[in-house]
Amino acid sequence: MQLNNELMIQMYRTMLLIRRFEEKAMELKARQIIPGLLHLYIGEEAVATGMCAALRRDDYISSTHRGHGHCIAKGGDISLMMAELLGREKGYCRGKGGSMHIADIDLGILGANGVVAAGMPISGGAALSIKMRGKDQVVACFFGDGGSNQGAFHESLNMAALWKLPVIYVCENNQYAISVAQSRSCSIRDIYLRKDAYGIEGCMVDGNDVLAVYQAAKETVDRARRGEGPTLIECKTYRWRGHYEGEADRTYTYRTKQEIEGWIDRCPIKRFQKVLLDQGVVSQVGINQIEQEIQSDLQKAMEFAQNCPFPEPQDALKDLYYEE
Amino acid sequence: MREISFSTALVEALKEEMRRDERVFVLGEDVGRFGMIYVAKPELWKEFGDERVRDTPISENAIIGFALGAAITGMRPVADIMFCDLLTLAMEQIVNQVAKVRYMFGGKIKVPLVICTSLGGLRLAAAQHSQHLEAWFSHVPGLKVVIPSTPYDAKGLLKTAIRDDNPVIFFEHQQLMPTTGPVPEEEYLIPFGKADIKREGKDITVISYSLMVHKVLRAANELAQQGIETEVIDLRTLNPLDKEAILKSVEKTGRLLIVHQACTTGGFGAEIAAIVAENGFDLLTAPIHRLGALDVPVPYSPVLENFVIPNEQKIAEKILSIVSQ
Repeated sequence: MQLNNELMIQMYRTMLLIRRFEEKAMELKARQIIPGLLHLYIGEEAVATGMCAALRRDDYISSTHRGHGHCIAKGGDISLMMAELLGREKGYCRGKGGSMHIADIDLGILGANGVVAAGMPISGGAALSIKMRGKDQVVACFFGDGGSNQGAFHESLNMAALWKLPVIYVCENNQYAISVAQSRSCSIRDIYLRKDAYGIEGCMVDGNDVLAVYQAAKETVDRARRGEGPTLIECKTYRWRGHYEGEADRTYTYRTKQEIEGWIDRCPIKRFQKVLLDQGVVSQVGINQIEQEIQSDLQKAMEFAQNCPFPEPQDALKDLYYEE
Repeated sequence: MREISFSTALVEALKEEMRRDERVFVLGEDVGRFGMIYVAKPELWKEFGDERVRDTPISENAIIGFALGAAITGMRPVADIMFCDLLTLAMEQIVNQVAKVRYMFGGKIKVPLVICTSLGGLRLAAAQHSQHLEAWFSHVPGLKVVIPSTPYDAKGLLKTAIRDDNPVIFFEHQQLMPTTGPVPEEEYLIPFGKADIKREGKDITVISYSLMVHKVLRAANELAQQGIETEVIDLRTLNPLDKEAILKSVEKTGRLLIVHQACTTGGFGAEIAAIVAENGFDLLTAPIHRLGALDVPVPYSPVLENFVIPNEQKIAEKILSIVSQ
């Protein structure tokens, strides 16, 4: 597929922004400036980026506990994200959600989610709503290899297939459900094959190749928009960091050092950078400039977040019910 | 005034709200052609069709999750779960998602979603189809809990629930469905958080809701012949809760009994008892008492079921023992 340069550079920028945002979050967590639970997306950037590049602003996504990448790729504001991670008053959720509950309904981000596969029925419902309202939006539902073993996965795929809903189920197979390898938790090797149980379309792509993800995303999004029903895409990828920041697995109890290093060598960003340079889409000077711009944006986001006050304790009692 | 059944009142509420607002739709198991929702028969489905009276697979967690996804993207779903016992299959979505998304997202979304479900058993339905689980949901901030006892209240409260921009869980007792009562032809709404004084009295306050209200009233009428004047309060909604009405009545009578069909331990009666003990201890002239089902699963045989669930006789005996203390 021949993509225009602008889109390719935009995708590169998004991937790098996710990476740098996560590295900053990692550092802030280590320094205890981020107080709460944190699950990083490092190594999986190509999936969110390729998928969201095929979406419109008014399309929806649902995300997971490892959700920063999805939010950034869908256009989320990194200042509001950072402020939320720091528990500040101007954060996306006014300090009530933290990393696992970032949402921006105006951007179609229906929320990160602390419960594995919980976004799957919610995505289906958004897709049902689209259909009932007669719109041509679509929903991209991100979940992991672990999520595919939940009842919510099976109930949702069945209902979405039954009602031919415009939803793309995007399995980010990073190969571990916390510490349990997919081979030890899943009855089949290739999760996308579960499409056959529901009579829907599906495919498997290299989740570390943003162009492959984008191509699959484009085709499935177009199909969903035409009213041809849901799709199950499996993106094979890898989580570089532990399940959560602070996971102390120094003795490599559930995966080997060699395995992790092997995947770091297959970094999706380095790989895409090489493609861009080889094809002359962007020069090394251009690459350096993107890096500088991202560092500057991140710096601004940090300053915004750190200068933002904490909520008042009594604010804990607000926002539960809508009152006219 | 005309008299209609509890189930007809609920169907009327649904119809009126579906005609009024095209975003309102119903989904659940057997709600369509078979018309299981509120024993509507195919009436609702005939008027609104497959799209808006949507039969679903037997997938309770997905029914609630799909309803939530639709609610936050512009629709106003009414999700039916056939028996409250089956809410257990959807607890993840109800408790972790529906009740919390607005709060977790900093109050930036609305969740106009009604979950309606039946409870209490059709008699002799045994342990998995007879439970009274309303207290569980009153323990989850973010859910409004509605539990009417008359056709009039059922209609007015369901219409309010459908127009609410917050999640509401609406419990209908299966044995109330065929019962009839006056319901005006013209439109009305009943606000949440307003208890209804069903009977005035000076000797004792009995607080109840759902089917038990009727049993309490029959017991109270019986006792009136012996000169005991019982005040009977129907809470109608557990969240919001009309604490003022409870305390005001206890101030008048000095005695309090709470009656519900749910088993006693951890039931909503404990919450009312605690509220009165905390805020109205000085008003009391006798200890607070609770009468709920015995703490066993609901058994099948009529002999056993009658023993476990409160009835008019047990209620009357309890009232008598409190007022004669």
